[in-house]
Amino acid sequence: MAFIDLTSLGKSFGPTPVVRDFDLALHQGEFVSLLGPSGCGKTTVLRMVAGFETPDSGDIRIEGQSLLRQRASQRQIGMVFQSYALFPNMTVADNVAFGLRVAKLAPAQIDKRVDEMLDMVGLAAMKGRYPYQLSGGQQQRVALARAIAPRPRVLLLDEPLSALDAKIRVALRTEIRTIQRQLGITTLFVTHDQEEALSMSDRIVIMNAGRAEQIGTPEEIYNRPTTRFVAGFIGTLNVIEGQLGTEGGTVLTCAGGRLALPGTFGASPGETLSVAVRPQSLRPAPIDGDGLRGTVRHVEFLGAFTRLHVSCGPNTLLVDCFARDLAANLSVGSQIALTVPPDEVLRLSA
Amino acid sequence: MSSLLPHRLERSLSLWLGVLPFFVFALVFLVLPTLHVVIGAFTRPDGSLTLANLSDLMSGTILSALWLSLRISLWTACLGTIGGLLVAGAVIRGGLPPALRDAVMTFSGVASNFAGVPLAFAFIATLGRLGLVTVLARDWFGINLYATGFNLTSFSGLTMAYLYFQIPLMVLIITPAIDGLRGEWRETAESLGASGVQYWRMVALPVLWPSLLGAFALLFANAFGAVATAMALTGSALSILPIILFAQIRGDVLQDPHLGYAIAFAMIALTGGANVIYIWLRLRAERWQK
Amino acid sequence: MNLKRIGSWAIFILAVIYFLLPLVGTLEFSLRARRGVYSLDAYRNVLDDPQFQQTLAYSVILSIATVILGVLIVAPTAFWVRLKMPRLRPVVEFITLLPLVIPPIIIVFGYIRLFNTSSILPLTGSARGTDFLLAAGYATLSLPYMYRAVDTGLRAIEVQTLTEAAQSLGAGWATVLARVILPNIAVAILSGAFLTFAIVIGEYVIAALLNRPAFGPYMVWMGSNRAYEPAALAVIAFGMTWASMGVIQLLARRTRFTKG
Repeated sequence: MAFIDLTSLGKSFGPTPVVRDFDLALHQGEFVSLLGPSGCGKTTVLRMVAGFETPDSGDIRIEGQSLLRQRASQRQIGMVFQSYALFPNMTVADNVAFGLRVAKLAPAQIDKRVDEMLDMVGLAAMKGRYPYQLSGGQQQRVALARAIAPRPRVLLLDEPLSALDAKIRVALRTEIRTIQRQLGITTLFVTHDQEEALSMSDRIVIMNAGRAEQIGTPEEIYNRPTTRFVAGFIGTLNVIEGQLGTEGGTVLTCAGGRLALPGTFGASPGETLSVAVRPQSLRPAPIDGDGLRGTVRHVEFLGAFTRLHVSCGPNTLLVDCFARDLAANLSVGSQIALTVPPDEVLRLSA
Repeated sequence: MSSLLPHRLERSLSLWLGVLPFFVFALVFLVLPTLHVVIGAFTRPDGSLTLANLSDLMSGTILSALWLSLRISLWTACLGTIGGLLVAGAVIRGGLPPALRDAVMTFSGVASNFAGVPLAFAFIATLGRLGLVTVLARDWFGINLYATGFNLTSFSGLTMAYLYFQIPLMVLIITPAIDGLRGEWRETAESLGASGVQYWRMVALPVLWPSLLGAFALLFANAFGAVATAMALTGSALSILPIILFAQIRGDVLQDPHLGYAIAFAMIALTGGANVIYIWLRLRAERWQK
Repeated sequence: MNLKRIGSWAIFILAVIYFLLPLVGTLEFSLRARRGVYSLDAYRNVLDDPQFQQTLAYSVILSIATVILGVLIVAPTAFWVRLKMPRLRPVVEFITLLPLVIPPIIIVFGYIRLFNTSSILPLTGSARGTDFLLAAGYATLSLPYMYRAVDTGLRAIEVQTLTEAAQSLGAGWATVLARVILPNIAVAILSGAFLTFAIVIGEYVIAALLNRPAFGPYMVWMGSNRAYEPAALAVIAFGMTWASMGVIQLLARRTRFTKG
């Protein structure tokens, strides 16, 4: 049995469904990200777990017990908001102590726990300051300390890094993950930043239009996207559409030529397919050989590699190659051929 | 002329020329008249300095008028603060239809400027001896309002009338502060286990506190300076401090112009002090809301 | 949650009763002039009263003069401060807020003593002079509203950029003010003007103490001499205030449309 079970959750605001048929199981101590564009329903899922929204259908269980009849204040769930939401009238220490005071812990115990938490986020020296005297990164650390001080069963993080500067964002990523591991607290993290999700999570849920498109480890999501949406959302992928044929092995006939595919590719001849190819999987090849033919439209020098924009029929393909792989006379307007190692072609379901 | 002046001086002169009319106007029609009154409060007719005018304020009629004014202003500020907070809270955070909010804000904008003669007439027409409510209470419920000790030209009547502009003013002042209470605070408090009451006691009220006190100070000043409503409502039955000053300006009833200055100075000191408190508290509140 | 909504409705309904009753009461009272039936007699008496016509006309003309004086003093200053002297802003703002702190009765008290017949500037010596003093007093009262309205209007249009753009196209100061700035803040100025009108039209204390035949003192005089006519006057005064506020709302909506 999983620690947290979300089963067929559904929620509509007025006539528009924002979360549809959403299933997710989290193990104890796991760090799971909900990743998707804005409006995909990820925050709504989080808010339903927290108890700020009531699902129209489905159930939320922790250790087998349904949460739906409990109010937010009874659920023992810690939450961190994008906007920090520190209480402006209280010092850092008072903010962290809030949940402990509400739970009526003994004053000595409260002091001890507050010190412990502030030590953990490295803000012991800021104890007596007010939120408006802190930087954004410091405020978010306090918010984190406040959320975990009462030892919640689950930690919910709603885009906690989005309001911060790039540098602090990266530093805080590591810090959050370290603290999460140290406490072993089951965490649900909402973000629209794929780098954040890939670098922090045990597992990622890619959400689109209220549904989970794909659930998997960061490696799975990155290397084997299963749908067109995931392929488009994670990294820069070229999506190519074509028809499956079998002359001389499995091949995909598409605009600009043909692509060799591994094995039978799990499809039957004649079928129309979408496949994804990473820019670094496309390699320039001799113009008279096999592969896709196109015209170079634009050459971008990006330091470690060069990115070509190649028009191939109606598509524009992005090709990343190292300088040594490029023909010296390549320039805008040149004809070029491209090949892909068959096992680097990813099949997409829709 | 311009060729004789150094270029920079000429430039800064022409800069100041742009704001000169405003400063001259403000000096002649706002600052000097006020200063004249303030200085008058500290001088004798022959021009020598004295504190006697101010100490004369502590005599029978003036002291009781000051006391009455203070009571009316404090009382209406208090009720206005509470009433306005309740109305604003109900409209903004009470789950009422959003259209009501616009209606209430527009009405408040108008009603907060109703202080004056027509307001007094409206209350006479409503709660006077022949007023609508008085008559209806008698005819429908057999209640004689005036037998219960109520009197429109008394303290309670004046308080009723003042609230008609005090409550809307409060609604206008406190609305931004209530809007500033962020939903996340409530949600955070809840997820940390706090009940609704605990949230209000530990977060919302402490955050609103400077705004509430500041609004109270402003309402106090607003009531303290009002004259027309009281005069039109009570004639001179209720001698609040500004009415005494009015009579003094008109006919020198105190037979000492410098006593009039002293009354004026007392009024400036009180309304000015209240406003300073208001501004200071508002700055404090804004610091938090950042 | 539900309890909260019931409470909110209760508060709202109580407020509606408190705020509507005096309006209804005044209207009803104003119709009671003829015994036993509702009639418009009180209104007829008021409207036919030459005193009413004279004092109202006087107050309308005076409030127009006040608005012109106020605009002339506030608009160029607000523009100039925004454009060239931003460091003066807090000072100007402070001065414009003073009339909210100093009660009008004190300002007029100062006027009477400062501009009396034996002073350097004996404005109270003649009727015209006193009229001017009254307009100046009202313009002073309207400073907070006028300045805030104009300043908000200026903030919305990025004066600096517009002025520089016009100047780079060859416009002189007069052209910049008349053809670029004024048309863009006209709505803001009009809002300030109508608010000023609403405040000034029934003002009592200053007019009474300066002894001018204005609408406010006339209302008070009626109040102590007639029974039903004051209610009719109150209805008329409320009507004027509401009309002014209505115009301001309309103007505000129009700017919203033009901003797209």
